Amino acid sequence: MATPGHHTLSVLVENRPGVLSRVSGLFSRRGFNIDSLAVGPTERADRSVITIRVDCTRHSVEQVVKQLDKLIDVIRVLEVHPDMAIERELLLIKVQADATHRLEIMRMAEVFNARVVDAGADSLLLECVEHPDRLAALEELLAPYTIVEAVRTGRVAMTRASVANDEGRAPLRILG
Amino acid sequence: MSDTNLQKARARKERMLGAEAIIRSLEAEDVTICWGIPGGAILPLYDAFMAIDHSIEHVLVRHEQGAGHMAQGYARATGKVGVCIATSGPGATNLVTPIADAFLDSTPLVAITGQVPTHLIGTDAFQEADITGIVMPIVKHSFLVQKAEDIPKAIHEAFHIASTGRPGPVLVDIPKDLQLTEIDFAYVDTIDLVGYSPEFPRELEGIEAAADLIAHSRKPVLYVGGGVINGEASDDLILLAEAMQVPVTTTLLAKGAFPDSHPLSVQMPGMHGSKYANWTIHRSDLLITVGARFDDRVTGKLDAFAPGAKIIHFDIDPAEVSKNRFADVSLVGELRATLPALRDAVIARKDNAARLEAQGEWLRDVQSWKRDNPFRYKKGDKLKPQYVVEAFDKALKGKDAIWVTGVGQHQMWAAQFLSIDGPRRWLTSGGLGTMGFGVPAAIGAQQGCPDAYVVNFDGDGCFQMTMQELATARCYDVPAIHAVMNNGWLGMVRQWQELFHGERYSETNLFGTIPDFVKLAEAYGVLALRAETEAEVDAVVAEAIAARRPTVIDFRIDEEEKVYPMVPSGAASHEMIDQAWDNEWVEEGV
Repeated sequence: MATPGHHTLSVLVENRPGVLSRVSGLFSRRGFNIDSLAVGPTERADRSVITIRVDCTRHSVEQVVKQLDKLIDVIRVLEVHPDMAIERELLLIKVQADATHRLEIMRMAEVFNARVVDAGADSLLLECVEHPDRLAALEELLAPYTIVEAVRTGRVAMTRASVANDEGRAPLRILG
Repeated sequence: MSDTNLQKARARKERMLGAEAIIRSLEAEDVTICWGIPGGAILPLYDAFMAIDHSIEHVLVRHEQGAGHMAQGYARATGKVGVCIATSGPGATNLVTPIADAFLDSTPLVAITGQVPTHLIGTDAFQEADITGIVMPIVKHSFLVQKAEDIPKAIHEAFHIASTGRPGPVLVDIPKDLQLTEIDFAYVDTIDLVGYSPEFPRELEGIEAAADLIAHSRKPVLYVGGGVINGEASDDLILLAEAMQVPVTTTLLAKGAFPDSHPLSVQMPGMHGSKYANWTIHRSDLLITVGARFDDRVTGKLDAFAPGAKIIHFDIDPAEVSKNRFADVSLVGELRATLPALRDAVIARKDNAARLEAQGEWLRDVQSWKRDNPFRYKKGDKLKPQYVVEAFDKALKGKDAIWVTGVGQHQMWAAQFLSIDGPRRWLTSGGLGTMGFGVPAAIGAQQGCPDAYVVNFDGDGCFQMTMQELATARCYDVPAIHAVMNNGWLGMVRQWQELFHGERYSETNLFGTIPDFVKLAEAYGVLALRAETEAEVDAVVAEAIAARRPTVIDFRIDEEEKVYPMVPSGAASHEMIDQAWDNEWVEEGV
């Protein structure tokens, strides 16, 4: 569930040098707060998508969108409504797991569709691609076992296939 | 661009150096004059300036900041794009201030900078600075050219972006090796920018809603900003205001967009605006905002600004709508399209006669505030700066005059006491508040409008920031008059120190006799004059206007004189002080 004041923006940009600095620079200059930011290529080599989770408690999301839209390299800004979109994020997490807890952790991972991608003598490395809220829940459950290290990619989002693709919702594919 | 230049550019298919391609591209954009200083990384371009036949005059300045402000002065006086050129590193960083100034005041500016050769970028090479990175927050767009073949395209796109939509500065950074690379020149006159579509109007559907708000308003006011000048919409504004019969307040940037002498004008709002403009806004029930942006120097305390007013907002930049103040109705588009549409809609309404009748009392109130509370000053033993402004205003009445200023007290006195009746005849640094803008901007404006009388009201602090451009004025014989309001202080800061910091004049004393501005001006070989009394003012103003040569006048003014009325920082905009007169807070006029 989206917290009030938080919005996910899918920003289609020209894949030019400096475009990421222009976008992130705009956020710092205008005092907009970024929760997370993910950037990657699209189905077209000359386009990228920057998915930004923005905290709009101080500024209206309309103002953020309009300022982004003024950047010449920004082709289109979509606000992705959670109920009309699929949102995903990748989590890599290393948890202390000695023999007594190993199975327990692996069972829990299964519930969250997480995979064990590496194992050491006393730790497990899990990967999980899920909705960001589910990742937070997983982290919370793993916390008692001592999290050695965790890293998340930031969310990416796409409007559902069942939502009609009109001009305002051009097909955005997120790779990698 | 003119057809002939375009055809010439299209027809040109020769092989040439990247440096020459820059010049050919500038020609294709109808550039006839540019300002700059050569240096290592831009040397090939300067070599091409001399090596080939072309139609561009290059003006050699004494500091790159001067080049930027000259290009700005030219752009704002003529409506064309101003062009400035600098080398890499310090040359480019010296352009940062004019670029920021052009960004905040929406001035079309193209800055061309040399960059270290491609293979040295990122190595901290001699005179390397990441100028596209440095200016990122203060440009409309920037290009770091990667291939010599891309030079014409980058320059064409730069001019397109700088001059369309809401104008602004664009920087084109060109590495030295690309200037020395031979290319097949092919001028691209198509625009390939999928993320940029300034075609307007975008919305006309708000017109009826706006006309509706106007019909039901009893106290409307047109709040007009610099967008009217950039949008070349002054005539449309006058027609609209006259049809609607509502008071018009013009911001500092909009001075001249609506005639100061017009009966409906209530002149400038804000911190040092007229009492009647601020009272009109405060009492209004409908603010018809046209190309203005609710700047804090206009609004004072934002929550208390026009507290009872609904907002209609006309702008070309959608991001200005509801940025600082929520707009009940917005019209994003070219003012030349939206203002006439609104006028038609207002006139077409059946209840228009009733509206005019109902708003009559409001207009009479506003006009009585205006009659009873003019800008004014007290004469004293010492020369008052307002007298100097009035003397120039009187002397150039009926002539084509362009007024330029620095930033500070003198700027406000000029804004208050000059009567300007047309657009592009008042050039001041508003948004950034750049001291040092005056001298170079006046030179650029004069070069763009050689027949006009250009007067730069400057302060002694401002003047010393860019006065080396007197050399440029002398070398190119640019007859702008630089009227230095010399009170020996950083006057506006001193005013704040006096009023709000217990008269602790921390680091604001400039000692008005250092330098001796007359001797300084003589050293540059320009006409040097001085005045300390009203009689001397009258004489030097007449002499300077008749001389038609670069002139500096040292006006020794009263150091105690302050700018009134004033809205103290953070106060509501109708809460003005005018200590020169009643030494107390001024209440509203009704």
